[in-house]
Amino acid sequence: MRIVFKTSYDADIRLFKHNAQAFWYLLLFAIAILLPFIVSEFLIGEATLVLIWAICGMGLMILVGQTGQASLGHAAFMAVGAYSNVIYQENFSLPFVISFPLSGLTAGVAGALVALPTTRLHGIYLAIATLAISVLTEDLIVILEPITGGITGLFAPDVQIFGFTFNRYGNPVELYWLVLGITFIVVYAYRNILRSPIGRAFAAVRDSEVSAKAMGVNVARTKMVAFAVSCTITGLGGALMGHFATVFTHETFNLIISITLLLMIVVGGLGSIHGAFFGAIVVVLLPLLISVSRDAIGAYTGSGSITIPGLESGIFGALLIGFILFEPMGIYGRWLKIRTYFELFPFYRKDMFRRQKSYLKTERTQ
Amino acid sequence: MSLLELKNVTLRFGGLVAVNDVSFNVEEGEVFALVGPNGAGKSTIFNMISRFYTPAEGDIYFEGKSILDREPHDIPSLGIARTFQNIELFEQASVLQNLLVGRHTHRRSNFLTDIIFTPFVRNEERAQREAVEHVIDFLDLQPYREKMIAGLPYGVRKVVEMGRALAIKPKLLLLDEPASGLSVEETRDVAFWIEDIKKVMGITVLMVEHDMHLVSAVSDRVMALADGRMLAIGSPQKVQNDPAVIEAYLGSDHMSGDGEAA
Ligand SMILES: Nc1ncnc2c1ncn2[C@@H]1O[C@H](COP(=O)(O)OP(=O)(O)O)[C@@H](O)[C@H]1O
Ligand SMILES: [Mg+2]
Repeated sequence: MRIVFKTSYDADIRLFKHNAQAFWYLLLFAIAILLPFIVSEFLIGEATLVLIWAICGMGLMILVGQTGQASLGHAAFMAVGAYSNVIYQENFSLPFVISFPLSGLTAGVAGALVALPTTRLHGIYLAIATLAISVLTEDLIVILEPITGGITGLFAPDVQIFGFTFNRYGNPVELYWLVLGITFIVVYAYRNILRSPIGRAFAAVRDSEVSAKAMGVNVARTKMVAFAVSCTITGLGGALMGHFATVFTHETFNLIISITLLLMIVVGGLGSIHGAFFGAIVVVLLPLLISVSRDAIGAYTGSGSITIPGLESGIFGALLIGFILFEPMGIYGRWLKIRTYFELFPFYRKDMFRRQKSYLKTERTQ
Repeated sequence: MSLLELKNVTLRFGGLVAVNDVSFNVEEGEVFALVGPNGAGKSTIFNMISRFYTPAEGDIYFEGKSILDREPHDIPSLGIARTFQNIELFEQASVLQNLLVGRHTHRRSNFLTDIIFTPFVRNEERAQREAVEHVIDFLDLQPYREKMIAGLPYGVRKVVEMGRALAIKPKLLLLDEPASGLSVEETRDVAFWIEDIKKVMGITVLMVEHDMHLVSAVSDRVMALADGRMLAIGSPQKVQNDPAVIEAYLGSDHMSGDGEAA
């Protein structure tokens, strides 16, 4: 195991704890850039989708994992991002480089407005309120037909940056690189949040509102900022999802997507950037795995392709229950354990990660 | 002018009068202790000063100005920091991060500059860390700096909470039972720290404590309460020998001098 000696205050302000860590992340990023030369175009499309889901997931992670506020309605903010991005391009003739950040901002403002009345709610009430927002947004999209296209939806034009065109089918590799670049920026912003006062204010609100107040943190305002930042990021993901889907309707961002997004970050691991990525991989690969194994079983038994309605969400639900029961820290938690095992090999103790007995308030009276 | 002044403060929870017409002043530079049996209303007084509760009657002044029109999150920037009787730390954060939250009132960046992490934010972070390292050195918390709160022993948590309050750099420090649940050695450390907080740091201390050894050792003045009413005020000896105080403690072992450590 590596022990970091504190030689200056920069030691924990830096993005990476030590050079080896920086090396591994840079290697990962290099592999991500070179991925199109390694895998097929089809898989690059899937990888693009993973990145888009990961961006949406990081948005929700800021709110749920960092600030401890529930949201069962984040698909609504994906929708705000996707619709406003296309509307800015089509109705206001704005180029992607302006419409895209503006769409994130629009989703962020929408999030802040939603936060205004809802941040006084806690736990289950907040979950219900945000769930209602997801449902309302679906209806709103249908009602606002003149600008949203109603149930026929909107057609997202190709992404154009300074005359260069990105299309999912025409040049999937370039689109992948574009999304990768945006993902990189979001991860960097997320890391900055974690190492600065705003990230600590989020954690303070998450862990003890009473104590946060006693430290001078304006809890209501901090929650509002968390909603705004979270919805901005998720809105950006939604805008990319719109371009990726090329056509989208109110159903593209329905309640199921809201719930999937929440399940995704729980399965991936709450409270870490890694968790959003692990979760996104599961969300994208699961349908792929199911269809591959379905075909394989069909070919083996000779019964042709079998379809079981709801299989995907069923497996996803089972996976979630499994994680909550056996690995509450998600895939990222499991990964940390495996890594520690190899770092300490052969000195790993089986109970190393058992939670130390922590002091319970009920153990003491006054 | 006193640093803190409570004037005829009354607070009721439904029919229960938790604090009944209590008045006292805390002078700058002193250590003032509140003692009394459980349920006397000591923590409730702290919660009113923190503005978690609003008194039904009376007023609270800090540096001559009423604080009743303030929100709880305004209180630390006035210069009042506190700890909680039942320890309220940020469990899923490291000791360092907990202490850094104590620097929140000194923050000059906003969430936009934070997200971009401008050079200004970087310099601010260095300054905040320097301030926090002083507290870590003062309380000997070096071995725990990077440790998560969840999983730390009770005694260490107690110290971290005091450190977090000190990181605010307050004028007035409210300590709610700083030594409860601590061993004799740990309690002795707390006594030294309180002395230093007063003499070296120049911070006024208002504390609630059951351990009469500690109270006599560090406090300049003591006020005894029972059932929300004040019984006596004065030097530790005077209050300990007050007939009304002895009467209130009859059948209770709080004044035995052995402290709460068990
Ligand atoms: N939030 C509350 N709601 C109702 N009663 C309370 C509340 N907080 C404290 N009390 C009551 O007020 C009285 C004083 O409590 P407290 O100030 O905590 O006493 P202590 O002197 O032990 O710190 C007790 O009888 C307690 O039960
Ligand atoms: Mg108390």
